[in-house]
Amino acid sequence: MKSAVITFPGSNCDRDMHVALTKFGFKNKMVWHNDNELPKSDLVVLPGGFSYGDYLRCGSMASKSKIMQSVINFAKSGGLVMGICNGFQILVESGLVPGILLRNKYLEFICKNIFVKIDNKDNPYFKNLDKEVFELHIAHNEGNYFCTNDQLKEIEDNNQVAIYYCNDNGKTEEKYNPNGSLKNIAGIFNKEKNVLGMMPHPERMIDQSLSGEDGSLFFKNLINNIK
Amino acid sequence: MEVNEQIAVDHGLKKEEYKKICDLLKRVPNLTELGIFSAMWNEHCSYKSSRLHLKKLPTSGKKVIQGPGENAGVIDIEDGDAIVFKIESHNHPSFIEPYQGAATGVGGIMRDVFTMGARPIANLNSIHFGSSQHKKTKNLLRGVVHGIGGYGNCMGVPTIAGQTSFDSSYNGNILVNAMTLGLVKKNKIFYSKAAGLNKPVIYVGSKTGRDGIHGASMASASFDEKIEEKKPTVQVGDPFTEKLLLEACLELMAGDSIIAIQDMGAAGLTSSSIEMASKGNLGIELNLNKVPCRESKMTPYEIMLSESQERMLIVLENGKEDLAKKIFDKWDLDFSVIGKTTNTKNIELYYDEKQVATIPINTLVENSPMYDRKWKKTKLPKKNLIKKEEFKKFKIKEVLSKILSNPNVCSKEWIWQQYDHTVMGDTIQKPGGDSGVVRVHGTDKAVAATVDSSAIYCWAHPLTGGKQVVCESWRNLISVGATPIAITNCLNFGSPEKEENMGEFVECVQGIGEACEYLKFPVVSGNVSFYNQTKEIGIKPTPSIGGVGLIKDYKQMVTMDFKEIDNLVLIIGKTEGHIDQSLFARNILNEKNGPPPEINLFNEKNNGGTVLQLIKNNLVRSAHDVSIGGIITAISKMCIKGNKGIEFNKPKYFMSEIEYLFSEDQGRYVIEIESKNLKKVISILDKNSVHFDELGKITDKNMIINAKTKVTIDELKSYNTNWLTNYMN
Repeated sequence: MKSAVITFPGSNCDRDMHVALTKFGFKNKMVWHNDNELPKSDLVVLPGGFSYGDYLRCGSMASKSKIMQSVINFAKSGGLVMGICNGFQILVESGLVPGILLRNKYLEFICKNIFVKIDNKDNPYFKNLDKEVFELHIAHNEGNYFCTNDQLKEIEDNNQVAIYYCNDNGKTEEKYNPNGSLKNIAGIFNKEKNVLGMMPHPERMIDQSLSGEDGSLFFKNLINNIK
Repeated sequence: MEVNEQIAVDHGLKKEEYKKICDLLKRVPNLTELGIFSAMWNEHCSYKSSRLHLKKLPTSGKKVIQGPGENAGVIDIEDGDAIVFKIESHNHPSFIEPYQGAATGVGGIMRDVFTMGARPIANLNSIHFGSSQHKKTKNLLRGVVHGIGGYGNCMGVPTIAGQTSFDSSYNGNILVNAMTLGLVKKNKIFYSKAAGLNKPVIYVGSKTGRDGIHGASMASASFDEKIEEKKPTVQVGDPFTEKLLLEACLELMAGDSIIAIQDMGAAGLTSSSIEMASKGNLGIELNLNKVPCRESKMTPYEIMLSESQERMLIVLENGKEDLAKKIFDKWDLDFSVIGKTTNTKNIELYYDEKQVATIPINTLVENSPMYDRKWKKTKLPKKNLIKKEEFKKFKIKEVLSKILSNPNVCSKEWIWQQYDHTVMGDTIQKPGGDSGVVRVHGTDKAVAATVDSSAIYCWAHPLTGGKQVVCESWRNLISVGATPIAITNCLNFGSPEKEENMGEFVECVQGIGEACEYLKFPVVSGNVSFYNQTKEIGIKPTPSIGGVGLIKDYKQMVTMDFKEIDNLVLIIGKTEGHIDQSLFARNILNEKNGPPPEINLFNEKNNGGTVLQLIKNNLVRSAHDVSIGGIITAISKMCIKGNKGIEFNKPKYFMSEIEYLFSEDQGRYVIEIESKNLKKVISILDKNSVHFDELGKITDKNMIINAKTKVTIDELKSYNTNWLTNYMN
């Protein structure tokens, strides 16, 4: 299985993502933002970081990068595109998934383990996972998901919410919401479910010695689903 | 402008220093030259008050690849790997503008590390604020934490450990010390020594602006009520550009184009160009029209003294300019050949085709002033005589709740949750432990790092305090299972022109030196920050020690959380009941006098070495050193983190319970062992003549201290975790 990780100026989770993908069997290529063409890939990942310093709205500069046209075309043709953290912000800014990401409710960067609940497994990312609640890790300043009421209705009608913040029992109450996101939304799909944007970093949870291992379950399942 | 004595004094030079400049040059300097002298001769760059004493520190050892004198120190961690590390202060700017001051402090220290070819793998910080009651403290704390996070998070380097304290002596002068560790291959270390004639000198990174002019001079003066006017001398950080600069430099360093490289830190282009030429015993010629500038009509004076951030100066091999330019173009960074090395041994500056300055480099470096300042010795204070009955009136639980919620003991999660501590995917011990630990990427090794200071002890008796901080660092490394290798120090003191402050400096350095020598724990890098005072009030002497150690197999790393019910808890090291200068004495008895706990270096080494031996034999399930707040504070944290309780054995000691639980004797650790291993552990302790107490047994919920005193885990948590969050919100 082939994957590609895009490096934008200011990406800083590109190596971590490369390490994770390689560990679980992907043949990964790093792709420079200024390239025109994507290599042949089964999965394209927009990694975390601070693309272009995020001095403008997070992800907005990166969404206009040269490579993004190819990424958009790839997604439109049904290819799997996953954006993590800053990658999620870039997906939002390029219109591949609906909504926007605001600054965290308490105006502070948050780095900690959280729990997320998967509602809908009818997609290439979560199909066959045998549990619903995962412990993942977040590290962001702008993860406060927001969209209009109309958009929310459409998102919910289409089962586009990928994951919700919750507690270890899967309760999705406001008190388990780390950043004020609408309805505890931590990640969403596009309508077709081939594009996934999420704030948590599964690539930081791939080893017992790290913050935990639930990221490993995600990657192992993902590569099996693509095969 | 004609230069005269008054202008020199306005530049922070002393009258006799100005005279020395005129004598050395055999003429009156022009304004640009004067600016260069003032930048090179200020305390921050010249170490003129401290050099004499710093020479006495032990700086070499089997594992030391590079000691002080380079951008950072380098130690050997085997298999061809090396760790580059250093700590540096950014105190003055952080008080004036906390966000930018702290951010650029972090940026500066990371640049020092990647200048040497190392990829930064961990950041740490030691930050000290005024009393929590002081009106500025909250905003300063928030600003500094946001600044450190803002820079480090964007760079994608995890912040793995730190230290925060509050003390009214920092009310008018906070401390922000930032430390970075980088990983490099031993044979790919880059230095700042230029070599060869007519080699191109290139400028890369951000453009030069008018920010930070005379920043280093500001760092060499005391504060007064006009401090707000100094805001324009605070630099503004751009972590995005630094991230690009990091990647571009490492890409260029992968080849063999670089002869010497130096970041433009304090005193910017001036000190970077002069240091490279000086170390290579060469001259350097710069054409200032070639320096990329952010603003128009910048004068040679401004260009030379700007402290704009994210800039590097490189001496390249001839003919490598195009290759280097291609890399910096790729990363959208400025690149300009601005000069060359020469054989004149002068720094020569040209602007609009006219020579605007020419100074023999040795006058700026070797001939810079060095002072043997007067200093006053601190006598060891007399012990307080506290009657035994005095202790009886205290209820342990009440005291414990006050100690655990003390601003200097309480959980600092509010702070470190704002730092990305897991990026790079190798953080195996997060902030909140004794040391932060990161794996050496792709290997079984891990590096532990800690930063410590004990201003109270240093204030009470600088010699003992100096030793104590080194020992504390040593213990924090051992407690995670790391073999201590070396330290970096950031020496924060008041004015060297005052005998008391200078005395504190001299004796702290002596104490640091003695401990480092005995423990074979050399100093490989560091920085001195004097003039930490507002008007006449100096800070408490605050040497921050950054210690680094190696864990050969990261699976042997130890954490402090209690692991398993029924395991036994031992106290390693002897408890003598030293209460003076303890948190208990200062905050509960309200007794601020008396000597700090004594340091016995033999016991430190023996106890530490033995704990490490137990850890390496897989006999230790959890470990934590005993520091401020004494045994019960250490135990409480282990209970909180492990979500377990403990039942204390009946006491066998001949002192009051309060003395046993809250005294701050040194050289002690708490360890958790399995009961089946007790015999084995005791035999090792006995063999090494290490004193130990069997304190108790781990239980599921409560801390049962005696028949009358029970504290639940939830109570412990509520004492310890809420103070800072409540304070900040």
